[in-house]
Amino acid sequence: MSETVMLEIEDLHATVQGKEILKGLSLKVGSGEVHAIMGPNGAGKSTTSYTLAGREGYDVTSGRVTFKGADLLALKPEERAAKGIFLAFQYPLEIPGVSTLTFLKTAVNAQAKLRGEPPLDAAQFLRVAREAAKMLNVSEDMLKRPLNVGFSGGEKKRNEVLQMALLKPSLAILDETDSGLDIDAMKLVAEGVNALRAPDRSFLVITHYQRLLDYIVPDYVHIFADGRIVRSGDKTLALRLEEQGYDALIGKAA
Amino acid sequence: MSQEAETLQELADQKYKYGFVTDIESEFAPKGLSEEVVRYISKKKNEPDWMLDWRLSAYRRWLTMTEPKWARVHYPPIDFQDAYYYAAPKPKDDTPKSLDEVDPELLKTYEKLGIPLTEQKMLSGVAVDAVFDSVSVVTTFKAKLEEVGVIFCPISEALVKHPELVRKYLGSVVPDTDNFYATLNSAVFSDGSFVYIPEGVRCPMELSTYFRINASKTGQFERTLIIADKGAYVSYLEGCTAPQRDENQLHAAVVELVALDNAEIKYSTVQNWYPGDENGRGGIYNFVTKRGDCRGVNSKISWTQVETGSAITWKYPSCVLRGDNSVGEFYSIAIANHYQQADTGTKMIHLGRNTKSRIISKGISAGLAQNTYRGLVRVHQKAAGARNFTQCDSLLLGSKCGAHTVPYIESRNPTAILEHEATTSKISDDQLFYCISRGIDTEEAVALIVNGFCREVLQQLPMEFAVEAQKLVGISLEGSVG
Repeated sequence: MSETVMLEIEDLHATVQGKEILKGLSLKVGSGEVHAIMGPNGAGKSTTSYTLAGREGYDVTSGRVTFKGADLLALKPEERAAKGIFLAFQYPLEIPGVSTLTFLKTAVNAQAKLRGEPPLDAAQFLRVAREAAKMLNVSEDMLKRPLNVGFSGGEKKRNEVLQMALLKPSLAILDETDSGLDIDAMKLVAEGVNALRAPDRSFLVITHYQRLLDYIVPDYVHIFADGRIVRSGDKTLALRLEEQGYDALIGKAA
Repeated sequence: MSQEAETLQELADQKYKYGFVTDIESEFAPKGLSEEVVRYISKKKNEPDWMLDWRLSAYRRWLTMTEPKWARVHYPPIDFQDAYYYAAPKPKDDTPKSLDEVDPELLKTYEKLGIPLTEQKMLSGVAVDAVFDSVSVVTTFKAKLEEVGVIFCPISEALVKHPELVRKYLGSVVPDTDNFYATLNSAVFSDGSFVYIPEGVRCPMELSTYFRINASKTGQFERTLIIADKGAYVSYLEGCTAPQRDENQLHAAVVELVALDNAEIKYSTVQNWYPGDENGRGGIYNFVTKRGDCRGVNSKISWTQVETGSAITWKYPSCVLRGDNSVGEFYSIAIANHYQQADTGTKMIHLGRNTKSRIISKGISAGLAQNTYRGLVRVHQKAAGARNFTQCDSLLLGSKCGAHTVPYIESRNPTAILEHEATTSKISDDQLFYCISRGIDTEEAVALIVNGFCREVLQQLPMEFAVEAQKLVGISLEGSVG
């Protein structure tokens, strides 16, 4: 564990439509670390990401979340974003008629406003957007097309990474970013993520499969079951999981 | 009132920022409607006799007509005797000849509305005719337009200076017998803009009229007439606002457009009359007849409207495609929030051969509002090769509003090709959360998504107004998601 703590989740309980999904989740993520979260369907992986991002309907009943020293749960979802939380969606949404550039500029400037910083003007924004797009191999054409409309699965995920590059979060949560991607698309996305790794940026990588972790190599791997972490280890835990399956490992832990 | 309640009140009032009243001395016609009032208005304008006769015949006709009831709008009966049909700021001396002579109160009013009329501050490239209640107060850039032969002036002035042009075209697109509100307008119309673009002239600037209702208990009945002679081109924009009042005020305008051979008219509207409060109190009743006649071959008329205001909107800007190869377009954004009711659409009447029309309608409903698209595409027997494409998209915000689409299609020519596409959608929670998770708050997210939904139409607006219109879309929907 590095010296500074980015995120600390303590005994978090959360319900969705009255049903308890998170049942005592605790996790500490240091600055610059990559944590992988694996687990079977219904274990609460996506609920964790939505709860951290502050989605309506994901109600915290007890526990604490400290992010960069502040009480994360006291913040509105847009304030959490401005504070540095970024959620890369499993299924990025389409917004017809709104170009990727317009969407990104709105987001970048909305966050700047919440942080009390001056907004970027059109020219400044275009410059940084083009730089980021170039670094991530995102075409100019994709920047101009309506956000995610008619994008392939790979393009959508690359667009998520592009958003991450421009919003410069402190904690990026990747919610099953590998789902629906073929191996080439996954490699491209992983390259993008790796390019954004930095000492002051942490990642929570949620995935079903070990495969993604060959490309985004985690510092820690946690296995989720029934709303909490049941086992933690280094990257070799993911490999063992791939060999032995969830039942064997979770069974051992229980 | 507590501090917090006060702040909330301020915020609520801010939503319609044009709701102020200008304190200015006005002269009114006697209250109610009668032949005397019609004569009063005509006399005020120093009109020729034929104009008075035209008005009187319209008035007599109107007395025999009944209000149309087919639209999906509901409102208590209007007492037509309980309103003023003419109100004008009292002139200090005579009609102002130059800006220096315009009452500073009026200039201040337009400045507050974001329409500066003083030469230094004018929007460059846009000439403005400012209509305040029943009269035009000032028209900018007149001299510059005259250099190329463009006539842009109040219609009352055109009646005096160019009677032959007015007489030739007035009522030639919307006859004085057309419908209840158009006939009423024909009897009592007070001012509005007149535009004539001579043969072969491309109007060098955007023309614009800004309508303002100020006086209480007063209806506004403006009449606009635009003629583009052979090969001419003009782009025209109108904007409208009114003070915030508990009463309902009537606005019954008529707009006539005539495009001769190879001429093109682009007419854009940003309608932001006071919509009433969030409980449905007050607001303008907007009953408007707008029609363009593509009279010449290869002519084109394009309507673009952004309808965000008014308690009730009843409006169907239409095109009569008379000339062969003529083109009609209708691009519309209609936003209804709270208790607003909008029943709007277009008519495309294909008479000539190879005529084309295109209809793009975007309806947005929020709160308890009802929004109806009503349209007619009619292809006459002789309109061989006629072509229409219609797209009607409705967006619903919340679960208590309504969207209705009533398209009529009549084709009497087997070679016509008509297409109609329609969609109804809601802003999903997923879309909203996606935006919010990027740091965009709910209201801005709604504005962003709605602007995306309307993009095809917003793109049709002249640059100078597109940005304003986008902001207006956001403001109109404030408080629609909670």
